[in-house]
Amino acid sequence: MKSDKGQQLVISGVGGQGVLFVTRLLAEAAIDKGLPVFTSETHGMAQRGGTVISHLKVGEFSSPMIRPGQADGLLVLHAENLALHGAYARSGAWAVVNQAGRLEALQDETRTLEIYCLDAAQLAETVNSPRSSNLVVLGRVLSLETGLFCNFGDIVKVLEKRLASDSKRCNQAVAALETGLKAGA
Amino acid sequence: MKNKIRLLLGNEAIARGLVEAGCAVATAYPGTPSSEILPAVAKFKAEEGMSGHVQWAVNEKVAFEIAYTASIAGLRSSVSMKQVGLNVASDPLMSAAYMGAKGGFLVISADDPGPHSSQTEQDSRLMAMMAKVPVLDPASARQAKQMVRIGFRMSEKFSIPVLLRPTTRVCHSRQDVVLEKPQLVELKADYQKDPFRWAATPKFRFKLHGELETKLAQIAAWEASGPIQLNQVSGGSRAVLASGVSAAHAAEIIKSLGLWDKLPLFQVLQPYPLHMDFVRSILDNYESICVLEETVGVIEMQLGAANRVKGKLSGYVPGVGELLPEKIEEILSDFAGVRSEAVTVGKAPGRRPTLCAGCPHRAAFFAIKKAAPRGIYPSDIGCYTLGLNLGAVDTVLCMGAAVSQAAGFHHAFKEQEKHPPIVATIGDSTFFHSGVAPLIDAVVQRVPFVLVILDNSTTAMTGNQPTAASGFGVNGEILGKVDLEGLVKGCGVGFCRQEDPYSIKDFTSLIKEALEFCKENGPAVVISRHPCLLDLRRKGGSWEYRQVKVTETCDGCGFCVSQFECPALVLDEDAEQVSLDQGLCSGCGVCVEVCPKKALEVVL
Repeated sequence: MKSDKGQQLVISGVGGQGVLFVTRLLAEAAIDKGLPVFTSETHGMAQRGGTVISHLKVGEFSSPMIRPGQADGLLVLHAENLALHGAYARSGAWAVVNQAGRLEALQDETRTLEIYCLDAAQLAETVNSPRSSNLVVLGRVLSLETGLFCNFGDIVKVLEKRLASDSKRCNQAVAALETGLKAGA
Repeated sequence: MKNKIRLLLGNEAIARGLVEAGCAVATAYPGTPSSEILPAVAKFKAEEGMSGHVQWAVNEKVAFEIAYTASIAGLRSSVSMKQVGLNVASDPLMSAAYMGAKGGFLVISADDPGPHSSQTEQDSRLMAMMAKVPVLDPASARQAKQMVRIGFRMSEKFSIPVLLRPTTRVCHSRQDVVLEKPQLVELKADYQKDPFRWAATPKFRFKLHGELETKLAQIAAWEASGPIQLNQVSGGSRAVLASGVSAAHAAEIIKSLGLWDKLPLFQVLQPYPLHMDFVRSILDNYESICVLEETVGVIEMQLGAANRVKGKLSGYVPGVGELLPEKIEEILSDFAGVRSEAVTVGKAPGRRPTLCAGCPHRAAFFAIKKAAPRGIYPSDIGCYTLGLNLGAVDTVLCMGAAVSQAAGFHHAFKEQEKHPPIVATIGDSTFFHSGVAPLIDAVVQRVPFVLVILDNSTTAMTGNQPTAASGFGVNGEILGKVDLEGLVKGCGVGFCRQEDPYSIKDFTSLIKEALEFCKENGPAVVISRHPCLLDLRRKGGSWEYRQVKVTETCDGCGFCVSQFECPALVLDEDAEQVSLDQGLCSGCGVCVEVCPKKALEVVL
């Protein structure tokens, strides 16, 4: 990991999009690398299509939650959530947003945010995996040069472990991840 | 064996602690944020080849009484639930405190400050105070696991039930946790008859109460559960006391404010009873004390010294809502007299939750509104609470109250000229939990109302746990099952019929028929029977898929969106057209019957 300060990511979406799944993959990848990890997740009623947010902290932390203004990066699976959860980003943070077209870098008096957009739903369709926009977004994150604690290969390893009993699903998941990765090339 | 590190949810860490400590009997009723504990106990037991009894009970009171009795019989046992579940189990809790435990007995009550998925923000630590049992308040998944072990030791050493109170942020955070080898315990029940204790009459209860006070005084001096100072600071006139996840937030924030070697931070592991030596030393050594805890000032009220303690009671710390880290940053900056850089996230509403596409409850609610358009609709706790969005849910009080509130509305209106029709809704699991007793009462009182039991064959909201009618247990093992119709009829209900709400016309007629029946004969029950699609999908099941298309007849009136609110139906107001999100559509085809313009068609 580039910085000893640890890394803090926010994963934001709506119930049913696989926010928890992406969080889990990243957290497992951290453990495989011997890094301490914390996540904080939304369960229960909000999972029925409501706004869902997870926090992921890798490194020496004691609290499972990210304070607003501290996140190094945002994975935004539902574009409207950028307005809701953008305040978690620190100045200079990045955000990968599931949205067709472009968004200008978000800026206010104190912070700038590098925004990368992609139409993850459409890209997921191209690999016949319409429910995998979460993995497409994650793939795009892995293509950024942000010094993230894990890379494409690390996530593939976690997917192979988690989906060991279902090789078809695993291949689809890797394909979705790769599509996101290539979208950044 | 080398110890393994695994990513565990707080609830799984608690479960792991239970299994490692040789907990022989574990029971629960599901409720967010506690639901994942019991399945994880079953999973870890299976992985370790350990025996014992693990079960979902019909409600928290029953779950408590089963686990407590295993403790009386000498085994380590636990019961887990959400905080409002402890209200249901409070009756046995109060008495169990007097009688005490034999095998270690842990009551796990998960609180939900926020609240994120609960009716109240109540603090189970206050319930512990009321019952006079000790309570442990973990800051993280790892610490929750350690506290299970401490809790069992305490329970056995002092012969007392011990409460473990995790909050949502502990239950639903994941952390790398070391798996240790489970303790090998011989599972041998050994019940010693002692009627003066286990069946104590008031005279002996008085004696037991005296013994309980002695135990509490000893526990307030027991080192293993005593407070810990998290940083090495000497001198200064200010100190911070924190418990639960607030302590974890506070540690990180004090570091980032550069106060780690200046501002002493103490974590209270056992908020009740507070260790008396600690109270004395804190009050002797510091002039000003800030207390961070959720959700009520439990530690603060035991400290006394109101003029020197800043917390919930003094108004220094907000008394409502979750104590978020950004709030703690503001509070601690002020307390230490440094500049706060805390940023807050605006309170934008976000997207509200809604019933899933294809949810059978949606069809049932639509039919209810059609059959009794000017009705009163008492409802209950579960996914179907979201019938609120459809205007088909008027009241939600607590588990089982739909039935008694239907009766309450009838009695309130009975002397008025106009009697609104009353159609109550309750889920299958909630009916088994607390709906039976009020239904018996309504039969006796001949209350004219229709009770729609929304039977989707599962406890959906909390993650699809089995119900009393499922016939299988936490690990899928085959169990007995209760016949819902038989139960309803056994309560004395004279009208009990079932229908699939997807057949929306027949279902609406059936409700109308039930409304007619109840006028003269007392309660009528309609069982709305269709499985939860999430549950079916999870179990690899399939269903008939009826592809629907929007025809040119659609004029974008929006009726289906506002009155049916299926997430797969999207209104484009500019185009005056509704479109169908095929990715979300489950193919239930119910919307075809809903559209007043007949603009939705099943593709043949």
